[in-house]
This record gives sequence, structure tokens and C-alpha cells, in this order.
Amino acid sequence: MTGIGAGLLLQLGLGALAVVTALVAAPSLRSRAGGILSTLIAVTGFVTGLAALLGATGGLLIPIALPMDPLLLAPDRLGGLFMLIVSGVGILVSLYSMSSTRGPDASRTAWVAMPVFLVGMQLVPAATDSVSFLLAWEIMTLGSTVLLLADHASRATVASAGIWYSAMSQLSFFFILAGFAVLAAVSGGTSFANLQAIEPGSWAANVAFVLFLLGFGGKAELVPLHVWVPRVLPEAPSHVSAAMSGAMVKIGVYGGLLVCVRLLPDGPVWWGIAIMLVGGASALYGILQASVSSDLKVLLAYSTTENMGLVFLGLGASMLLRGYDATAAADAALVAALLLAVSHAAFKSTLFLGAGAVIHATGERNLDRLGGLGVRMPVTAAAFGVASLGAAAIPVTSGFVAEWMLLQSLIHGGRLDGAVVSVAASVAMPLAVAVIALTAGLALLTFVKAYGIAFLARPRSTAAANAREVPALMRISLALGALAVLALGLLPGPVAALVATTVSPDPTAAVQSVGLGGVSLPGIGAVLDPIMLVVLSALVAIPVLVAIIVSARRHPHRTVDLPWGGGGSRARPRMQYTATSYAEPLVRVFDDVLKPSRDVQVTHVAESRYLVERVRVEQSLSDVIETRLYRPVLNLFQRYGLVVRHVANGSIHRYLSYSFVALLIVLIVVSL
Amino acid sequence: MNAASSAIVIALVQVVLFVFLAPLLMGVIRQVRATIEGRAGSGIWQPWRDLRKLLAKNPVRGIDSSWMLRVGPVALVVSSLLLCVLLPLVGTIPFALIPSDLFVIVSVMLIGVVALALVGLDGGTAFGGMGSSRHMTVAALVEPTLLLSVYAFSIPAGTSTLSVIVETRLLSPELIISPVSVLALVALSIAIMAETARLPIDNPGTHLEVTMLHEAMTLEASGRDLAWLEVGSWLKLAALLGLVSNLVVPWGVVTDFSALGLAIGIVSIAVKVLVLGVLLSVGEIFLAKVRLFQVPELLAGSFALAFLAVTASYLVA
Repeated sequence: MTGIGAGLLLQLGLGALAVVTALVAAPSLRSRAGGILSTLIAVTGFVTGLAALLGATGGLLIPIALPMDPLLLAPDRLGGLFMLIVSGVGILVSLYSMSSTRGPDASRTAWVAMPVFLVGMQLVPAATDSVSFLLAWEIMTLGSTVLLLADHASRATVASAGIWYSAMSQLSFFFILAGFAVLAAVSGGTSFANLQAIEPGSWAANVAFVLFLLGFGGKAELVPLHVWVPRVLPEAPSHVSAAMSGAMVKIGVYGGLLVCVRLLPDGPVWWGIAIMLVGGASALYGILQASVSSDLKVLLAYSTTENMGLVFLGLGASMLLRGYDATAAADAALVAALLLAVSHAAFKSTLFLGAGAVIHATGERNLDRLGGLGVRMPVTAAAFGVASLGAAAIPVTSGFVAEWMLLQSLIHGGRLDGAVVSVAASVAMPLAVAVIALTAGLALLTFVKAYGIAFLARPRSTAAANAREVPALMRISLALGALAVLALGLLPGPVAALVATTVSPDPTAAVQSVGLGGVSLPGIGAVLDPIMLVVLSALVAIPVLVAIIVSARRHPHRTVDLPWGGGGSRARPRMQYTATSYAEPLVRVFDDVLKPSRDVQVTHVAESRYLVERVRVEQSLSDVIETRLYRPVLNLFQRYGLVVRHVANGSIHRYLSYSFVALLIVLIVVSL
Repeated sequence: MNAASSAIVIALVQVVLFVFLAPLLMGVIRQVRATIEGRAGSGIWQPWRDLRKLLAKNPVRGIDSSWMLRVGPVALVVSSLLLCVLLPLVGTIPFALIPSDLFVIVSVMLIGVVALALVGLDGGTAFGGMGSSRHMTVAALVEPTLLLSVYAFSIPAGTSTLSVIVETRLLSPELIISPVSVLALVALSIAIMAETARLPIDNPGTHLEVTMLHEAMTLEASGRDLAWLEVGSWLKLAALLGLVSNLVVPWGVVTDFSALGLAIGIVSIAVKVLVLGVLLSVGEIFLAKVRLFQVPELLAGSFALAFLAVTASYLVA
């Protein structure tokens, strides 16, 4: 047996052990034991994935009696990369959950589901045939659904989220199943090697592409299949949200890559355009909803839609450019999409874990009631801050490098050797750049708001004022996540070069590592060395720091209650800007898309109606896609249900007569 | 002299020159405005005197303010200084590993934008939050214009490296007056006005609560904290004006290193920035600040120009 096979087997064994342990362990030991075993599962997956990414081959063959290809778990380089992403997030989440879980989050069911979820996620990218892919996919979905429902007894919103999640997951699964069924019917086999033989331009490939886009797009939270996200991710326990957003969503991305890069490469041009459209719409819609949200976890959930939209935008751009033979730019766009996925795994899981720490310390998710947590929870604040910089694509984090590479590939994609490649590309590329730019700008606002309102200024509630830093294991996990964000951003060269080997036959032509971990795109002549940027900033900062030290020695600062207080000495904490007021200008600018409903009630003083006693403002924002697209369909189903209730009213006589009529019809049909 | 050491010398010269030039530029802008409005004005050296005064004061900090109030202003200054290092102002000899890539430069500028917004929030008052919110809204809406005009400039040169773009325009001056370039330049100028909080997006002279953007964020800062915020903003304005002037009038910029060339480069960029500052000041006399909720329309207009510039350079040129 090869090393990879042994690693996969070890994971399965550890998973079974973890399930048994969760069932028999005493409640006091459950979280500790489950956390340790989950960490071991994730570490095994990490090593296995790394081996596969570095080019080790081999796997686990499971012969079956059914008339189809045997089940084979043998990750290639791309699968290895995604195993690495998923298990990296798994390590953070497992460490964190050891001390974060309490009450219903630490129940026996939840700890049985955790290893199932982790193993399922790691097996999907390892699968090399459609049956084991679908099996692993369902194991992953099952585990995550049970984990989500941990707290269903005490909160009604969790149950509703569970229903949405199950329905949307099964819809995704149905589309993927149908996609594989179409391909398998045409190719006559279920292994990926057989499916690859299909001509990408054929009708079967086109049908399968649409089905896969719907299926994997649903898992990757793309618009308009994202409706489960703002319900599910906020309601799940925070470590589960981190695993879902950081890792499970990447499996959706892996599915997209599997279809567009592995199974049906070199598809028609419209595939690339379709993916770019879906990706661009998701990026804009996601970040717009995130930027106006005041709930920390809803904000992070919508921002996940945005990031996945950008990943798919990169993937679509690379397909479009490859269709026009702009290979260098296409390769760069694809590597950029993968880097975005890697960096998103790092910063978004850290952000969700940070949000979990805030909830752990204050019990509040609403940004309008937070504030001043920076001095009370310094480690959480630092980790959340670094991850926010990553999400806002600020140098020198991982998000910045990925977005830079995507922009470079787009601006060099329109022309090949000085000639315009096509009209489609010369309209699509500037539009894509504009979408990325607006998305990046709004992401900046979103994360300045999230960090600034929650961690800076004065506490807006007593819960925030009494917050204490979280336990050591949670802090360690947060710090590891933040370090990963920085490391990926400081050493993009080696990372990008490694990532390029998964998708490009000639990786050194696409991406090279230069200087101190810098990245170079030789095909389009762009270079970036973040470490040199840091060195340069340090050099220009030295004189400034010297001036500060000299000045601070001569003129020490004075601390006062409130220096100016906006002109009033009685400025109370609730007079500060909140997350809602912070996003108010944006709500006004984009009110056509956001459709806010606002209710302002002004109470006048009894003596004069020119004097105001109190003003009450209520504002609610809803997801336009949910209210306009899903509600009508759901209402239709509900009406159908009501009608059917009359037909099936529980009377045994009526059911017997239905059976009789059915039998008659069958006999008539047979006799014809 | 080899490329690396001449790049270092030019970067050093740029930083030192702009640290001296930026306060002078502000002094000139304010004095020109005062003279035209019929006021005596405080002279072109007043920003220098203000800085000396602020650095010699004990900063007053609120008990609830965090390290952000101390670090944010420094981050703004460092990001502005980095702009002075990376932009081709005196010369176009870039560093090998961090060329003056426009996307990197925009991101470096965004560090300063974020730092300023967080300083605004850190004070814990309504004014700071208001300024920060408006500032970030404008910054978010400016992004598309900024990056698309960058894109438009990059197409003729085949790269987004600014020093190459300036050299291309130096070698073929007909690019400068091509319609595509003019469109992109107008769009970039509007974006820069928004980024540096000038009229018509923000009124730098106001302290009226309904109109403040930039000033609202600096209200709670004092002493050296305020000094760094001011220097950072001035440096950013000076550097970006330098960029625009080099895109319009690239002559005088150092392409091959020599002592005489360097002297010419220093004098020419100083003159170009100061002349552009005077033009800016004269132009602002005729402008009023637009309403905050009309700013998006202005920015949408500039975005349309930038988009036209990009598509035109693909489909027409």
C-alpha cells in the first residue's frame, strides 16, 4: 500500500474511533477527546494532501459488486491541494472547538457529527470516480447538517436554518448527481478517467456543465443559490461556521475546477462567460449585502459569497482567455483563482473563529451593541484585524496577492502580442476589473466597519464592557489562523509556484518564485515581492519612529476622559456611530438593489410641535433574491400543499378508492 | 552606476524632496486661494510652522482610545512615504522586485485610507464615526474609476508599471493627447480629487458638521498624532499631483542616471507640482462642494469615462 492509501485509511480509522469515543466518553471529557481526535484526523489529512500535492501517487481501491467502475480514492495534485485547504481549516477548527464548545454545542450528537464532517470533506477531493465522489459528498453534507442543528432546541431560527440548508444541499446534490448521470450515460463508465473522454462541445457536455454549475454553485454560495448562507452560517456554532465557510465551500470550488479543468477542459467560450457572469454577480451582490449588515456573522456569511464569486470570476476569465489562446493570462487567472481560494480559507476561518470568540465573551452578534473589545480582548482583536486586512485585500496579506494576480491577468488578457484577442474579451476584461474594483472597495468599507465598530471606540453595551479574553486554546487557534494569513501573503512565490503545478502542464512558464518569496508571472511580465515592500516600509518608517521617540520623551501625552467629544462634554457611548449608521450612506446610494424599508416615528413635545421629544428609527434590509425569487416559489408549494391536504384528508375509504382507480388505470393501459 | 543603486538614490531623493515639498505645496495652495479671495493669507510657510507647533505639544488622548490613535497616523505617513518611494516622480528607474506597479500603489494608498478611517472611529464620538463612514463610502465608490483608469493607461505601454508608462509617453508624446489618454486622465483626476479630499468632493477648509469628511476624522487627534495625519495627507496630495503632472508633462524626468539629470529632475518635478497646485487652487475657487449624495453621480460619470477609455483603446486603437 502506498503512503497516500495508508493516510486515507488512517483517516477513516481515526474517524471511526472519534465517533465511538464521542458515543462512550463522559460529558466532561467529550470535548477534549473529540477535539484531539479531530485534530489528528485533520493533521493526517494535511500530510496526505501535502504528499498528493507534491506529486505522490497511489490510493485506496474499494472493489464493489455493482456493474460499474470500482471506487477509487486517489487524489491527484489538485485534489491534494484541496485536501490541504480543508484539513488546514480542520486543524484550526478542531483546536478551537476543544475549549469553545459548551452546552448543546458539545452534545454527543455534535461530537459524533464533527469527525464525520471532517472525514467527508477530505474524501471528496480524494475521489477519482463519480460514485465515491457522491458518497463522500453526502457524508460531508450529513455531518454538517447535524452539526448545524446542535442548538435547535433553544432557538427556533436554528430549525428554520436547518430546513433551508437541507433543502438547498439536496438541490445541489440532485444537480450534481444528474450531471454525473448524463456524463456516465454517454461515456459508459463512472470513473473520472472514463468521463474525461467526452467531447467538451457535445450536447451531453453542455447539459452536464449547466447541471454541475447549478450544483457546485449552490455549494459555493453563488447567487442566486446563496439563500441558505445568511441563515445557516450565522446560526451554526462558530467553529462549525468556520469549517463550513473556510472548508466546505471550497469543496464547491473544487467541484467547479474538477468539471472545467479536469473532466471537460477546453469547453466552448460561453462556459467561461457564464461562469464570469455568475461569479461577478455573486461578488457584487455578496459584498453589497455584507457591507450593510450589522450582524457580525451575517456580514461574514455574505462576504463568503463575495469571495467565492471572485474565485469563479477568475476561473471563468481563465476559460474565456484559454478559448482565445491567451495562455499566459489564462494560466495566471487560474492560479489567481486558486490562490484566492487558499487565502479565503485562511482569513475567513479566522474571522469566523474571531466572531465566535466575540460571542463567547459577550453573547452578542449584533455590531451595534459591541465596541471597545480591542483593549479587552487583545489577541482576538489582533487576529480578527489581520484576517480583516486579508479579506479587504490590503498588503501584505494573502488576499492582496491573490487579487493582484487576478487583476494582472485580466489587464493582460485583452491583448495577445499587441493584437486584440476578441471583442468579447475586450468588453469582459474591463467589466471584470470594474467588478473586482467595486468589490474590493466595498470589502474595504465592510471590514473597516466590522473591525472598527466591534473592537475600537467605546463599548455600546454592558456585555461588551464586561468582555474578557477567551481561553488559551481558542487564542492559539486564532493566532495560527492570523499567522497563516500573513505567511501566505509574505511568501506568495513558493505558494503560487506549488499551486500552479496542480493546473498547469508547464507551471514554471505561468508562475515563478523570485527574490525573497516574491512572485513573478513571466508570461505577462509582472513581479511582486511583498517582503521587499515590508523592508521598504520599515526603512521609511525609521525616521518617523525616531521623531516620535524624541517627541514622546520631551512631550509625554496626557490622558483625559474625552478630549473634545465632538464639542459636548457629555457625549455618551450610545451617541457613537454604530454599524447601521456607518453603512447608511451606502444604503442610500444602493437603495435600488437593497430595497431598505425604513420607519421613522417622531414624537413632538406637547407644548410645541417644533420641538422633538424622541425619534424612533427602524430599518430592515432583506435579501431581494429571496423575497423576489424564492418566496413566490415557496408560496406556490404551500398553496399546492393546502390543496393536496383536501385530497389526502386521512380517510381510509378515500385512499382505498384511489388505489382502486389506479389499479383500473393500470389494467386499462396494459390491455391496450 | 548600476540600476539598483541608482534606484535607491532616486527613491531617497524623492522622499526627502517630497517631505520638504508637501507642506510648501499646501502653503502655496492656501495662499493662492487667500490672495484670490482678497484675504492677506498666512504665507506659504504656515504649514511648516503648524507642524513645528504640533510636534512640540503634549498630545491629549481619550481614556477609551486605543493604540489605533497612536499607530493609525504613523501608518498613514508611512503609506504616503511609500507612495513617494514607488511613484516615478523624479526618475523612472524602478526597483527590480517591487516595480512601480499601479495596483500595488493603489493598495499602498488604501493602507492610509483604512488607517485614517480607523483613527476616526477610535475616538468614540459621533463626528469621527460620521467622517469615517463618509470617507469609506467615497473610497469604495472611487475604486472602480481608479483601477479602470490605471487599466486604460496600461494598455499602450503593455504593462501596469508606472515608470514604463511614463517612459512610453516620453518616447511617443502623441499618446498624451490621444482621446483615450485624455479620457483616462480626466477620470484619474476626479478619482484623485476624491482620494485626497479636495473640492468638489470634500471642502478642506470646512469645520461644518454637515459637510465634513476628512476633517471630522481628525477632530479627536492632537499634538503629534494630528501632525502625522496632516503630513500624511499632504504627502499623498503632493505625490499624486506629481504623478498626474508626470503623465501630462513627462519631460524632465530622469530615465538614465546622471548628476545633471538628477538636478533637472528635482527642479522640474518641484516646478510641475507647484504649478499644478496653483492650478488646483485657482480651479477650486470656482467650485462648490457637491452634496454628499451627489458624489456617487460624479463618480459614476468618471467611471463611465474610464470605461470608455479602456474599451476605446481596445476597439479603436
